[in-house]
Amino acid sequence: MPTIIEVNELAKDYNGHSAVKGISFTVERGEIFGFLGPNGAGKTTTISMLCTLLRPTSGSATVGGYDIIKNRLAVRQSIGLVFQDPSLDERLTALENLKFHGMIYGIPRAERSRRIDEVLELVELSGRRHDMVRTFSGGMKRRLEIARGLMHRPRVLFLDEPTLGLDPQTRHHIWDYINQLRVDEGLTIFLTTHYMDEAEHCARIAIIDDGELIAIDTPEKLKAQVGGDVIVLITDDNARAATEIQEKFDVEAKEVNGELSLQVEAGEHFMPALIKGLESNVTSISLRKPTLEDVFLNLTGRKIREEKLAGMDQVRSRVRSKRRQQR
Amino acid sequence: MKAALMGIYTLWLRDITRFVRDKPRIISSSVQPLLWLFVLGLGLSTAFVRGGGDNNYMRFIYPGIISMSVLFTSIFSAVSIIWDREFGFLKEVLVAPIPRWSVAIGRALGGSTVAVLQGTIILIVAPLVGVSFTFSQLALAFLIMFMIAFSMTSFGILIAARMHTHEGFQVVVNFILLPMFFLSGAMFPVGEGLPSWMQALVRINPLSYGVDALRQTLVGIKINPIWLDLSVVAGFGAFALMMAVWYFEKHE
Repeated sequence: MPTIIEVNELAKDYNGHSAVKGISFTVERGEIFGFLGPNGAGKTTTISMLCTLLRPTSGSATVGGYDIIKNRLAVRQSIGLVFQDPSLDERLTALENLKFHGMIYGIPRAERSRRIDEVLELVELSGRRHDMVRTFSGGMKRRLEIARGLMHRPRVLFLDEPTLGLDPQTRHHIWDYINQLRVDEGLTIFLTTHYMDEAEHCARIAIIDDGELIAIDTPEKLKAQVGGDVIVLITDDNARAATEIQEKFDVEAKEVNGELSLQVEAGEHFMPALIKGLESNVTSISLRKPTLEDVFLNLTGRKIREEKLAGMDQVRSRVRSKRRQQR
Repeated sequence: MKAALMGIYTLWLRDITRFVRDKPRIISSSVQPLLWLFVLGLGLSTAFVRGGGDNNYMRFIYPGIISMSVLFTSIFSAVSIIWDREFGFLKEVLVAPIPRWSVAIGRALGGSTVAVLQGTIILIVAPLVGVSFTFSQLALAFLIMFMIAFSMTSFGILIAARMHTHEGFQVVVNFILLPMFFLSGAMFPVGEGLPSWMQALVRINPLSYGVDALRQTLVGIKINPIWLDLSVVAGFGAFALMMAVWYFEKHE
């Protein structure tokens, strides 16, 4: 498959702090490529550089064959973007938002109205075309933004946390669109997320942490790195239990957020032996297949999405929507 | 180039669409200058006559009030860039395949058109103030209004481009907008009687020249030759727009 995005030692510093530390990767045409990492890992910074919104401190990249520094207008013409935060004009109708977008992207009038109908149909907002965007729910706004991002037939669609703050049903819905688009239009999709289950939809995933790429592969291969099964248990004294497991079973147990997690082959046989052999008192125990969370934990020793952060996200989006109402 | 022109037109159309739709805003921003004109104008005209003014005070401030309306609308609509930034729409514009300078010019033209429309509302009440003018005076007045509007919107964009939160907005009103208005000669004559520091401030205020141009066109009271007035306003507008474009290209 031909390459559509090529990134070479791309780096960005903010006043001496480096947000992205010289990353390199390629994205192939027609694939769903995911950027996975915790908040503040450098996902949005990377996307902003690829979309020509931010100038890289060093390194280079091409999108659709165009250089992101030398040929910014051509890059912008060939990409569609859905931002983490809404970027619609809420004081205009859905139709007007799309119309102005089409005008700015130089779509001729007749073609414009045809495509507006088409994308509104796709995201099932045809019936609300004459309504003000400020009356839309979060999910509807995101859908309208996806419609807008697709209107000028981009070659790459960038989605920055496309389902952040949306309810599960809407998330599911949006993923249906994304998959359909890839199949129907041969579109390349580049998305960032910190939801593990979403990353599973991607053909390939790049895991980014603290501005560095620490792994890049298919979700299956990444999970295969973990090997076997994952057992998660909580005991009265996790530290003591961890030493005990190390001594008796020769298995390393990592403690994260009050839980011990260990990776073993044939977990269903190991688990009874573990409970029997352990002197520490086990409060709870569970067995599961490895997830991308385990991959991240393996690579960094941390969980990708600490519980506190999840709470902060909610507060943040709540504050934002409140401000919007007060406007 | 075609993309840039289309970008300018689109951003202009967006401003006009929003303006025409927002009827409460049109009404409320017309009421204030009309209050200044009729209440303050009538109230102070007695003092003005006693002070030796040979002309009618309302006639005197009439062009000043038009300038005020244009000035405030211009700055407010330029500063709405801060809202666009806060609510994300600015990003949509900045990733569009149009050059940054066309974004700045589109906003400047949109804001100035809206400001001229607001000024026109005040122009309509001319008969009530006892001002009448010929068609060519009217055409010239529109040109001057547009020049004031365009230079003040550009100036506003320059301020907004440097400002990242709406908290700074009140600062702009208190430290730029009101001093600029008070020291423009819109409300009182700025000749001999003023202390020299104030006269100096009036002289460096680009709005003074806009007010003077509008006043000599509509009611025939003048300080400077019209060519000087128009050159200063145009020069300031060009300078502010260039700075705004430069800042936009560099920082956004």
